[in-house]
Order: sequence, then C-alpha cells, then structure tokens
Amino acid sequence: MYIDFSTSIYLKEGEKMNRKILIPIVAIVAIAIIAMGVFAYQSLSTPTQTITLNGAGASFPFPLIDKWAAEYHKIKSNIQVNYQSIGSGGGIRQHTEKTVQFAASDAPLTEQQFANATNSLHIPMTIGGVAITYNVPGIPTGLKFSGEVLAEIFLGNIPKWNDPKLAELNPSVTLPDQNIVVVHRSDGSGTTYIFTNYLSDISTQWKTTVGKSTSVNWPVGIGGKGNEGVAGAVSQNPYSIGYVEFIYAKKNNLPWGFVKNSAGEYVEPSLDSFSKAASFAAVTLPRGDQSWSAVSIVDSLVNNAQATGAYPITSFSYFLVYKELNVLPNMNKDTAQALVDFLWWTIHDGQNYSADLVYVPLPQEVRTNNEATVRMISFNGEQLYKS
Amino acid sequence: MKPLEVEGKQSMKTTRKPSTFIDNFSVRISKILKKFSKGDNLFKLLTAVVASSIFIILGLMVYELTIQSQLSIQRFGIEFFVGTKWDPAISQVFGALPLILGTLATSAIALLIGVPVSLGIGLALSEFSPKRFGFAVSFLVELLAAIPSVIYGLWGIFTLIPFLRNNVYLPLEAMFGFIPLFSGPVYGGGVLTAGIVLAIMIIPTVSAVSRDAFSAVPDTQREAMISLGATKWETAKTVMSYARTGVIGAIILGLGRAVGETMAVTMVIGNKFQLLPASLFDAWYTMSAIIANEFTEATYDLYVSALIEVGLALFFIALIINILARLVVWRSLRLVRGIARE
Amino acid sequence: MDHYTVRKIIDRSMRILAYFALIVALIPLFSILGEVILKGASSININFLTQPSPTVGEAGGGVANAIQGTLITVGLASLIGVPLGLVSGIFLSEYSEAKISSPIRFFNDVLSGFPSIVVGIFGYALIVRAIGFSVTATAFALAIIMIPIVTRTTEEAMKLVPATVREAAIALGVPRWRTIVSVVLSGAKKGIATGILLALARIAGESAPLLVTMGYWRWWFGGLNQPVASLTLNIYIFAISPFENWQALAWGSALVLVMLILGINIIVRAATREKYK
Repeated sequence: MYIDFSTSIYLKEGEKMNRKILIPIVAIVAIAIIAMGVFAYQSLSTPTQTITLNGAGASFPFPLIDKWAAEYHKIKSNIQVNYQSIGSGGGIRQHTEKTVQFAASDAPLTEQQFANATNSLHIPMTIGGVAITYNVPGIPTGLKFSGEVLAEIFLGNIPKWNDPKLAELNPSVTLPDQNIVVVHRSDGSGTTYIFTNYLSDISTQWKTTVGKSTSVNWPVGIGGKGNEGVAGAVSQNPYSIGYVEFIYAKKNNLPWGFVKNSAGEYVEPSLDSFSKAASFAAVTLPRGDQSWSAVSIVDSLVNNAQATGAYPITSFSYFLVYKELNVLPNMNKDTAQALVDFLWWTIHDGQNYSADLVYVPLPQEVRTNNEATVRMISFNGEQLYKS
Repeated sequence: MKPLEVEGKQSMKTTRKPSTFIDNFSVRISKILKKFSKGDNLFKLLTAVVASSIFIILGLMVYELTIQSQLSIQRFGIEFFVGTKWDPAISQVFGALPLILGTLATSAIALLIGVPVSLGIGLALSEFSPKRFGFAVSFLVELLAAIPSVIYGLWGIFTLIPFLRNNVYLPLEAMFGFIPLFSGPVYGGGVLTAGIVLAIMIIPTVSAVSRDAFSAVPDTQREAMISLGATKWETAKTVMSYARTGVIGAIILGLGRAVGETMAVTMVIGNKFQLLPASLFDAWYTMSAIIANEFTEATYDLYVSALIEVGLALFFIALIINILARLVVWRSLRLVRGIARE
Repeated sequence: MDHYTVRKIIDRSMRILAYFALIVALIPLFSILGEVILKGASSININFLTQPSPTVGEAGGGVANAIQGTLITVGLASLIGVPLGLVSGIFLSEYSEAKISSPIRFFNDVLSGFPSIVVGIFGYALIVRAIGFSVTATAFALAIIMIPIVTRTTEEAMKLVPATVREAAIALGVPRWRTIVSVVLSGAKKGIATGILLALARIAGESAPLLVTMGYWRWWFGGLNQPVASLTLNIYIFAISPFENWQALAWGSALVLVMLILGINIIVRAATREKYK
C-alpha cells in the first residue's frame, strides 16, 4: 500500500479525528497480540533442542528435498531442514560463501568454483531428466524432437512451428503456422546447465555462441523464474516451448516431447528412461572430495549408440557440503551430526520417496560412492558417521 | 512603547513596567519558560536527534550501496549505464541500459494510461459529484492502493494476461500487425501489460492527490465561473489549470511509484534482457525486476556488485523523482494557500 | 447547432468520460477481490489457519506458520519503526520552527516513496552479510519503510491538536516538553494509532525486500537469526509452483492477506474520514 501524505496537507483546519476508531483499533491490536501469543506458545512447545539445517540451491530437486524435509522431521522431530529453491547458481554461491550448511546443484562445481570452495564434497542425491515441454493447441504429448532441431529452435534459427525441419520429424502431425515462443530460465539454474550441456554437445553453433552454464545469454525467448516460472510461462503462452525438470511438466499437465537419443530412438522422459540413462552412462564417479567438473551423464550418452531406451537429457543432482564442517560459522557438534545423519538418510531411506515424484532412485554404484563420501565428513577432525 | 517579545529568553530585556493584560501574560510565560528551559532544551535536542536519523538512514544507504558496487563501478565505469550486454556466464560483462530503458518505458506507459484516468477520477469525484458520493467512491479507489504488489502480480498472471491476450492483443496484432509497435509474437505478458498493471497501481496516488489539489482550489473561482454561465466541464478546466502544479506533483509522485515497483512487474513483464522490445507485446526487463530475479543467485562477486549497482542507479532515479515531486507539491501548496487567504 | 448546444454536448461527454475513468479504475479492484475470494475461499477452514506449510502433494496443511511469521516480522519491524517514527513526528510537529525540521520533513517524504527492493538490498548489505538470511534483516528493512509513514501521520495527528490546548497547559505552568508528552500526545493518540495501523498494513503486504533478506521458510519461528515464514513470499512461491495443493494454499493465503490488509485499511479510513458539513 502506498500512503501519500501530500493529501493530508490539504486537510482543512479544525478537522477532528473520529472517536469511533478507538474500538476497532483496540480490537485489532488485541486479536493480533493474542494470536501471536498462541503461536509463540505453540512454537515453544517444539522440543527445545531444535536443530535447523539450512540449505539452498537448485529448483530441480526442490520437490524431493522438501518432501525429505517433511518426512525426516517426522522421524527426528527435533531436526528441521529448510531448503530454499533459488537455483543452482545461488546454491553454489551460498555454498562458497558458507552461508548455508548444505547446498544443492544440478551442475557440478567447475574447476574454478571447486578451487574457490576448497574441500567441497559432491554427493549426487538423485537423478532427474529435463523435459521439453510445449503448449501448442491440439498437439498432445509426443511431439518428436532431435537435438539439432532443439538447438536451432533455442538459437532462434527455427522461428515457426511448421518449419520443415520439425515437420519432417513429425510427419503425422499438422504443425501450425505460428511463431515459436521460447521460454527459458531467468535465474541461474542447474536445469539450464544440463540443457545447455546437451545443446553444446549437439550443436557447434550453440557451443561457441551461447555455451554451457547455469546462466547464459539466451539468443531468443522470455524468461521464467525457476522451473515453476518456466512451466507457468509455457502453460500460459500458446505456441510456446520450454525446458523444465520433468515433474514440473507432469504436475502442470503440460505435454512433453520425445527426444532423439544417440541410439536413434525417440524417447520420452520417464523413470525408466532416466534410469537407463544413468545405467548406460559410463560415468566413473570420482571420489567425493575430488573435482566433479567433468562428470556429466549427458556427455557420456551423446556418443553412445548402444544406449537404448535412455533419455539423453538426464543428470545427477548434487548435494554440496564441506568435508570439514567447522569452516561453517555457527556450527557445532550436534548440528554437524544432524547434517550427516540427514545426508545418510537421504541417500538410503530417502530414495524411497523418489519414484512418486518421478525422480530416479540412486543406482547401487552411486550409493556406495556416496557412503564413502559421507564418511569423509568431519567436525573438528572427528569423523561424524560412525556405524 | 516597545512591544515586548513573548518567545524564549529574549523577553524581559527591557525594564519597562508591563501595562497591558497581554504584556502581563507574556511576562509570566517567559518567566516560566526560562525556569524550565533546561528540560525543554534537552527534549528538543533528543527529539531532533531521533528525527535526524532520516539523514543517517539515507546517507548510510548511499554509502553501503556505493561501497558494495565498487567492483562493478571499477570494472565498467560509465560504460555500465550505456552497456547493452548482460552476460554473467561467458564474458561476465554487465550493462544496464536496457534495464533503464525498460523501467522508463513501462513507467511512461503507466503515466500515459494512468494520468488521464486519474484526472478523470479526480474531476468526477471533486467537481462532478455530490460530496457524499465522492466520499464513498474515493474510498474505494484508495483501496486499490492497499492491495499488496504480489497480489497484483498474481491477478496479472491468471486474469489480466489471458484477458488481454485474447481480447485485446491478438485482435490488435491482427489488425495493425504491420506497424512494428503492434507486431507479434504475442505473449500476453510484456511491456504493455506491465505498463497497464503499473497504471492501475498508480491511479490511487495520482487521483487522490489531484482530487485534493482540485478541492483546495477556493470555491470563489468556481462560483465566478458559474456566474458567468460556464458548464461544469468548463469550470473543471479552470480548476485544473489553477491546480496544475498540484497535478504535476501528483504525476511525478505516480512516476516515483511506478519506477520502484518490483513484484507486480516481474510477474508479468516476461523478464527478457534486450535493448529494445520488438513491439508492445514483447517481453522486457526493468531494474527492479532483474534485482528481484537474480540477486540471490548471483554466483560471483562481480555479478552481485553489478546488481547492487543497478540498485544504486534505481536509488538515485527514485531519489530525483521523489525530490522533484515533493518540491512541486510543496510549491503548489504554498501557492494555493497563499492565494486562498485573500 | 448553436454554440451553447455544442458546449452542452461537450460538457455532457466530458462528464461521462470522467465517470467512465472511474469505472475503469474500479473494474480491476473488483476483479482482483473477486478472484482472490473465489479462488481462495475454498481453501479456508480451521485446519488451514492452524497448520504449518505442507510439502508437495501432502494433504492438509495451512498457513499458520506464515501468519505467525508475518505477525512476528511486522511486530519486530514496529519495535524499531514505531518509536523512531513517533519521536520524529513529535519533533516535526512541535518544533517545526527549527531550521532543521524542513529538510527532515522533506527527506522523510522522499523516503516514503522509495522502491522497497532497494531498501531490501540495503538490509542485505548491512545485516544479511553479517548474520545471514534472517527475520532481523527483514525487520530492519521493513522498519525503514515504516518510519516515514509513522513520522508523517504522527506529525499530522499532533498538528491537529488545537493550539488552545497547548496554551492552556503552558498557562498552567507545565513545561513545554511535558505539555507535548502528556497533553498533546494524548490528544493525538487516536490519529497516531491509525497511522501506526496503516503503516503496519503497508509493511505486511511487502514482498520484494523479503526476497533478498529472508527467502522461503517452512517451519515455525526458529530464532531471530533465521528466516521466518511469510504470507506474501509464500503466495509468490506457491502460486507459480506446479503443485495443486500449493497453488490452493497460495490463493488461500492471498485471501487471508487481503482480508487482513484491506480490513485494517477499511476500518481505519472509514473512521477517520473528514466530515462534510
């Protein structure tokens, strides 16, 4: 509300304030105070040893992490996990600045970032896929795209839906003669990183002019904030196309496209195709405390002609934590222990919640690697996960 | 006889015996004031110090914002305000010109739409309606100012955009698409939509101040016009011209509000960084929107610094506009009051 | 057509246009209120008002923690903003002859029109950098937004107390400062209270500064150096999410927020309307 007081200058002299206002004012103030009292009392009745774990980062795994936060609280009612979905870019920055206890990112730290945030650990906590979603009246799920066509669309070289390059992939569909409205992320995003990773692998023009990063200079299109914003923008703009983490397309009732993988098949995003992608990805995972900048499921799939059924735009999503937790301000033994316990839980029991939200449960090799990584976490030199 | 002064400690310098009742009274007041002047001075000092905190706040703001923008200022200098590239990823170059243009353009559209409407409302309520009606309805208009910005944004996304796109933009594009201003693609959101939402948000301010400016015009003017046989509209024209500095002040105030608006704009404008939009229906970006979107996610210091520098620029623009507005409104107040006393 | 008829036609048309402008302005008001009520009403029940935020796809849940958070944030901001604004307003109204009062009043008005996001960044630079995202940083930023409003309304309210009251007190030998504190203040207290309420309503609706000083919080209040849930931010975050239960929550929260803020505004403004003779 904007209150402007030039008006009161014009009050004529002798104007008095109405008496009747006193009662409603008192009533409102009283209600507010009582309400605050009730709530404060309620919050006081949570166990006094409440430990809060603050995390921030990617919006890609946000639904899953939020689910974990709620479920874990039911098990350990004195631990509250709070996660802010601000984008992988923000997560990396907060991790570097040590303003959060754990961060999440879909992009692994680059060499430079890894050097800045010394002793960071990468813990892949889930696997998801980036869906190509669109809003073309009359066209349901199932439109076929190849990597090259996608690159051209997002570069702006294919401006219309009925372009021959898209039509030839979809001979049985009548594509409208309408401009394609491209929707991308306006914030720093790991989903963007995964998608531009894919486009850079496919298209040299993309690689040299736009590149792969959490935040790029998009040649065309409008920006939405978060996966939510892109999904929202696509659902509100007819003839638009965008990229989102799969669950956002599913939950928004948006159609998704089938993407051509390196085995020549047109694959739709699904738990199954993401799993296959993860299993075919001949990714030798580094040790948790090494640099992960070269880890990319997308990269390892792009030339693998044997990866049948694999969805090409699939990626890990990582937790970023420090190996030695005493570098974080306001850290103590209990909080550190709680963090480690939570992380362990997420990579084991937490994985049971993945499938419902269409995230892929971690394959065993990844779990084993993660267990070793979590065991590396210490506080004041003392290893925290013991059993 | 020398008049005795009543104020403060200067009274009682003369030794002449007070001979009138008023002189008597003033002598006693000054005696009392002298007695308690210490407590008064302390109180005055204390309250003055607290009141002066406004300078500290403003000064601290300028200081902090400038310090935090140092990195960006040193790297880009003046180029920042004429630069047209915002590339956090590859070249790490930042330029704010498109943002400044976007802010000014959306505000200009807001004024273009909002000011005539507000003046119409001001006139309708102060000149053309009976007092009771004006009273009740202006209350409703002011409620528009109470609605939080994020709710304007929500309504913008879910109601206004579909409505405008289907009933206004697409027809306009169909009919006038050959004019660049009305060419596609039509998103629904974009520059014009943001301008419209801003216009709605500034209407309460501009109309309220205008209405009060009109009310402050003495009735003698109106009576004179009516006695000469003027119609209500003609009288209103005169009132408007009489109150024009007040109206200008109202407009500038509205501009100040439009420039600083963040949430509603970012939810409907499309958030696209480009020097100029392709048309009225194209997306764009404003200074406040880019800060809201990218601030928590800026991955490195130069990026944060660039965003804070945008904030600094916004600060100064808002400062200048608000100073102008207050100067004009204050001046018009003095003018009108001065004349009204005749 | 003679000149008089032309003038009459113009007069009639202009008046119609003016009323048309009025309708144009009122349509969005009813549209917004209508939409918020329509979409939000179905969410509101006792559960809604007493449960904290649910997670994705979880049934139930509500906005209780957001209401708590909003109240706490606003309350904290008032702790700083109201005293500062009150004292400043007293100074401006009672000592307006002082040379410094003109610039103070001027810059006060200037600050009252400021973009809230800039104030938010200021809060970030000063406080978040030091203690992290927290309700303290938010309260600080909101207090800065609040001070000019409270100052102005206090000044106006106190100015309305007739000079005769002050003179009577002085004539009785009350020192000036005492007059102000005991007599004038109590005479103006209703006006001051309304000003404070309006300021509270204003900052309860702010969301931009919260983006850079606090962020999303799903729990109850957990300490001054942690963030807290907020109605406005939750609306923003939930409404654009793809999850139905969150979207319903967003609209419900919007309704609660609008009722709260408009409620305060309506009561305050209705009761302080200038009386027409």
